[in-house]
Amino acid sequence: MTEIAHGKPDATGAGPLRFLPPPPLFLLQPILARVARRVAGLHPSLFDRLGPHRTACFVIDPRGLPFVLLLVPDPENLVFRAEPRRREPQSDARIAGNFFDLLALVDGNSDGDALFFSRDLDITGNTEAVVCLRNALDDVEGSIAEDAAGLFGAPGRAILAALRRAGDRRGGS
Amino acid sequence: MSRPELVCPAGTPAALRTAVDAGADAVYCGFQNATNARNFPGLNFTPDEMAQGVAYAHDRGAKVLLAVNSFPTAGRFDLWRDAVDAGARLGVDAVIVADIGVAEYVAERHPDLRLHLSVQAAASSPEAIRYYVREFGVKRVVPPRILTVAEIRQIKSEIPCEIETFVFGNHGLMVEGRCCLTNYVTGLSTNMDGVCSPAAQVHYDKGPDGSVTTRLGDFTFDCFGPDEQAGYPTICKGRYTTPARDESYYAFEEPVSLNLAELLPQLIEAGVEAFKIEGRQRSRAYVRQVVSNFRAAIDQVLAGQEPHLDDLVALTEGQKQTVGAFGSKKWR
Repeated sequence: MTEIAHGKPDATGAGPLRFLPPPPLFLLQPILARVARRVAGLHPSLFDRLGPHRTACFVIDPRGLPFVLLLVPDPENLVFRAEPRRREPQSDARIAGNFFDLLALVDGNSDGDALFFSRDLDITGNTEAVVCLRNALDDVEGSIAEDAAGLFGAPGRAILAALRRAGDRRGGS
Repeated sequence: MSRPELVCPAGTPAALRTAVDAGADAVYCGFQNATNARNFPGLNFTPDEMAQGVAYAHDRGAKVLLAVNSFPTAGRFDLWRDAVDAGARLGVDAVIVADIGVAEYVAERHPDLRLHLSVQAAASSPEAIRYYVREFGVKRVVPPRILTVAEIRQIKSEIPCEIETFVFGNHGLMVEGRCCLTNYVTGLSTNMDGVCSPAAQVHYDKGPDGSVTTRLGDFTFDCFGPDEQAGYPTICKGRYTTPARDESYYAFEEPVSLNLAELLPQLIEAGVEAFKIEGRQRSRAYVRQVVSNFRAAIDQVLAGQEPHLDDLVALTEGQKQTVGAFGSKKWR
């Protein structure tokens, strides 16, 4: 048998982002809400794959960033917002990974099972809800990250390109 | 040297398109119910999605193989019958079955529909395979992953149908179609409900030291230390304690994936007509990477070159890979 050796260049997984000051969350909320509405509008069929878990509360923890994300993928009451870590909301399921790995997942460039095997992705809570969310997002053609970046025109695409390059340099998954 | 078919997994329509675009000759997939052995939440195809998938594949010269490879229990046969009928109506190129009742239904009602025998049927001898060919007109068999290349070559010489082998992905030690571990713990059957370790009963508990304990229902079957690689939450890959051992151990099998890249020339020489990649539950990223690599490797072998694959170990379970029983019966 052959095995892989893992290099974990940055324990927080946030890379250069960890040097940035935490953004005021109130500035983030309208951006996140707009991103969620955009993705939902472009890909309405993804909600079908969520089945009964479309009303589940997911906390997504981009390790190393000063906030967590709360996602309720309910097309009737879509919630996607940042919450301070000290006031993390209760959730049905929690998904934690470094920012670049999470970005690669929504970019369609990384495999969730592989990240789980390598322990770069942690899942707790309702596993079935997480599996549904994973499968729903993976059935979205193209890249959710590009859809989100496209909202902000050329600057958004430039930021996404820079983040991708940073992820590649990090040797992310 | 005949050109073997590359048969690739798709759990979603997007994965089907990715597989076709990456060079799959055929894509296998199933409906959203217990009729296939990957009946996982949020996975698989509606009939409309299947129709669109068939059109996409056919437009690009690829085939779609419908997995109807679980076993109906008494009173539930209609579900399997409907799946077969839908597949035939939607124009799939073959149906992959395991149950002899389903095989007979396909043979009688859809005699022009190509029939493949699933790995779930666990047909591992020429006698068993010839029976399926004679009785149901099976055109291709997928033997269980317990045979060496030499045994595959011998079987191939004694059967009047094609042979398809797995070359990459999840590697179960259990003889397929006969594992009852999930059923024992959860009451749901891998073979009859299509659910190995149903996600609704899988729990991961993270400890303060970073370790993760894995449970299925009320049964704890592993605890990964902070720096240990993980595997699928299946009982067969768990570690157990016993008074006879000082430490917990893998009683059945370690988390490890099959990778037969190095055996491709031998398998082609043995007469294998199709190579299958496991992983309908995996992402588009997995499908793209594995399919494109095996496409290139097979084409290189056919061109008389040494096959060259990127390192796929990062995609493997437990970050480990093996040629398993294909190399030796003593592989463990």
